[in-house]
Amino acid sequence: MKPVLQVLNLLVTYYTDAGRAKALDDVSLTLNAGEKLGLVGESGSGKSTMALAMMRMIKPPGRIEGGQVIVDGTELTKLSDEEMLKARLSKIAYIPQGAMNSLNPVLRIGRQMVDAIKAHDDEASRRTIEERCMEALESVDLKRSVFKMYPHELSGGMKQRVCIAIGILLNPKVIIADEPTSALDVVTQRQVMETIDRVQEQLGAAVILIGHDMGLMAQFVDKVAVMYAGRLAEVSIVRDMFTDPKHPYAQALIRSLPSLENKGVFQGIPGLAPSLLRIPSGCAFHPRCPYRMDVCTTVRPELETLSNGRQVACHLYTEGLTDAGANGIQERHQSVYARPAVKDIDNRT
Amino acid sequence: MSIKKVLQRLGFLLLVIWAASTITFFIPRLSSRNPIRERFAELARTGGFSPADLEIIIAAYSAKFGIDRPLLEQYASYMGSIARFDLGISLHKYPKTVWELIMEALPWTIGLLLVTTILSFVIGNLLGAVAAWPRSPGWLRAFATPFVLLQGVPPVLLGVLLLFFIGFRLKLLPLGGAYSIGRVPQWDWPSFLDLLKHQILPAVSLIFGSMGAWVLSMRGMGVTIQGEDYVNFAEHKGLSGYTIFKDYYLRNALLPQVTGFALALGTVFTSAIVAEQIFSLPGVGSVLNDAIRANDFMVIYGIVLFITITVASLMVLVELIYPLLDPRIRH
Ligand SMILES: Nc1ncnc2c1ncn2[C@@H]1O[C@H](COP(=O)(O)OP(=O)(O)OP(=O)(O)O)[C@@H](O)[C@H]1O
Ligand code: SF4
Ligand SMILES: [Mg+2]
Repeated sequence: MKPVLQVLNLLVTYYTDAGRAKALDDVSLTLNAGEKLGLVGESGSGKSTMALAMMRMIKPPGRIEGGQVIVDGTELTKLSDEEMLKARLSKIAYIPQGAMNSLNPVLRIGRQMVDAIKAHDDEASRRTIEERCMEALESVDLKRSVFKMYPHELSGGMKQRVCIAIGILLNPKVIIADEPTSALDVVTQRQVMETIDRVQEQLGAAVILIGHDMGLMAQFVDKVAVMYAGRLAEVSIVRDMFTDPKHPYAQALIRSLPSLENKGVFQGIPGLAPSLLRIPSGCAFHPRCPYRMDVCTTVRPELETLSNGRQVACHLYTEGLTDAGANGIQERHQSVYARPAVKDIDNRT
Repeated sequence: MSIKKVLQRLGFLLLVIWAASTITFFIPRLSSRNPIRERFAELARTGGFSPADLEIIIAAYSAKFGIDRPLLEQYASYMGSIARFDLGISLHKYPKTVWELIMEALPWTIGLLLVTTILSFVIGNLLGAVAAWPRSPGWLRAFATPFVLLQGVPPVLLGVLLLFFIGFRLKLLPLGGAYSIGRVPQWDWPSFLDLLKHQILPAVSLIFGSMGAWVLSMRGMGVTIQGEDYVNFAEHKGLSGYTIFKDYYLRNALLPQVTGFALALGTVFTSAIVAEQIFSLPGVGSVLNDAIRANDFMVIYGIVLFITITVASLMVLVELIYPLLDPRIRH
């Protein structure tokens, strides 16, 4: 299958007063049509930056310093600013983090949807534009009457749905939803996720779901990508990620999930997330990694595809060791994570 | 906004009008001075009629103005006349009524003060909005800074400085007055241009003196609004920069400024007193000035009452319009 989204060696740097923060360091990713990818990682690991870079919406002091984003055969990184305006929403749509405040309080919902279509299609008649908006509202389980309402008249879940409806207005090939459920109650979270799921199926678009909630994610995505300090640590299909994570950071993340067995015994990840201003040399995870080897402090591991199809960026799997050999090393270290420490609770991602 | 809210506001306005009228009725009557006596005593000094005549004239005028009647009766007829826009008769410019004096002067004050207040609001807010907008060209953004600095200069000083340099030293524009001396104003172009020429310096000093505040507050507001999620989302939708600026950014940033504008309207007449004085222009401020000098209490209190009611009405008007701009206030 031809990939609908290709991200190649994307580089994003924020030039802050404190120095250069490499928020995205050589990230590559491929997604097929209809595929759903979950993007997880600690706060500040670069998830939103990655989404914004794909939209070419990195703002100063940030800058895209290299790499390519190709959607459906179009290289977005080569488009003029004018062309990029048209590509947004029609090729790639971003449903922003914080949908609560993403709607203009002084304009009716309908007007905000019509604006979006008009920006891409100035020939359609008013009637057809409005009809398209109404259909989009219906497909996210909202009443047509929402068209005439103002944002303050809607609940949080409804606003989130409106944002999704706007996201699908122009049948984009790729939809990125940045923490679409973070401010919602558990029931609404599920409903919103189901809506995204259904809408995605109708459009056949590829979806990237950014989020912290691994549990919720597990039920809706096909693949999971784990980010750490501006790089991808591991990309695996969802079953592999949850039953047999490869990257030590991914393992720690999965292990920190509450489950029936470890109920009440919370396992955090020892150590702190690194500052992007001072990313550790070699593997950025090495100060916190229980399997650290000498090579880890000097050589940066690249995201490699293992013989079994798994994608991992870790020397355990590339330094002449087979997958099995690496697992052997890890078994000897199992005890490292067996000691839950109270001070680690704050480090939960 | 519900009918109930509207009626509530209008009721409030009536209350303000009643309170202001009552105060302007009682304050002069609390004073032991008799303005009619003072007025005619002054005339007698210059005009030369006998003290006996003076007493008769004063008695006649007191009767005419109703000052010899019981207080409550005076109050009732006073309130009645205010309801008929009758603010009394000028002592100094008798037989002109206070209402006539105000109506003659009002076009001047509105022409200069209201227009400059609105212009200052529009230009100042646009400049401030543009200054805070990250995609505006650099020179446009730099344009805002001098106006912010000008804000530190009191408008009076600004007016005097402009008069001195442009009017007096460079002789580019007239030093004051509404028309050139000797011109009989007519409804034709030369008269109009002459009038305009006389309004430039006052207008410029009034606009520059007040614009910086708008630039500054709008720039602050703009910085906040441009970081709002809905402005970002508008960009994600692929909207043009112009649409985002106008409908997503400016409209929201303007909301608190409109409230500020209502307050600025309140200072229109205060500025009129100063500006019309500096530039020797006709207007409500000048009428008030003359009245204060001549101790023409009918005119003083008439104008004070007029200003209070006008400003209160304008504020209620803005308050009634505001919900049309911000749907969140509508219920
Ligand atoms: N405007 C900015 N200026 C400077 N640095 C920034 C800016 N935006 C992001 N960064 C840096 O980029 C890093 C990644 O930020 P990003 O928002 O992508 O994280 P995230 O993974 O989405 O986190 P979260 O889960 O909290 O949303 C942050 O650590 C931050 O230091
Ligand atoms: S590369 Fe080394 S330090 Fe990094 S995760 Fe793998 S084993 Fe740990
Ligand atoms: Mg984020």
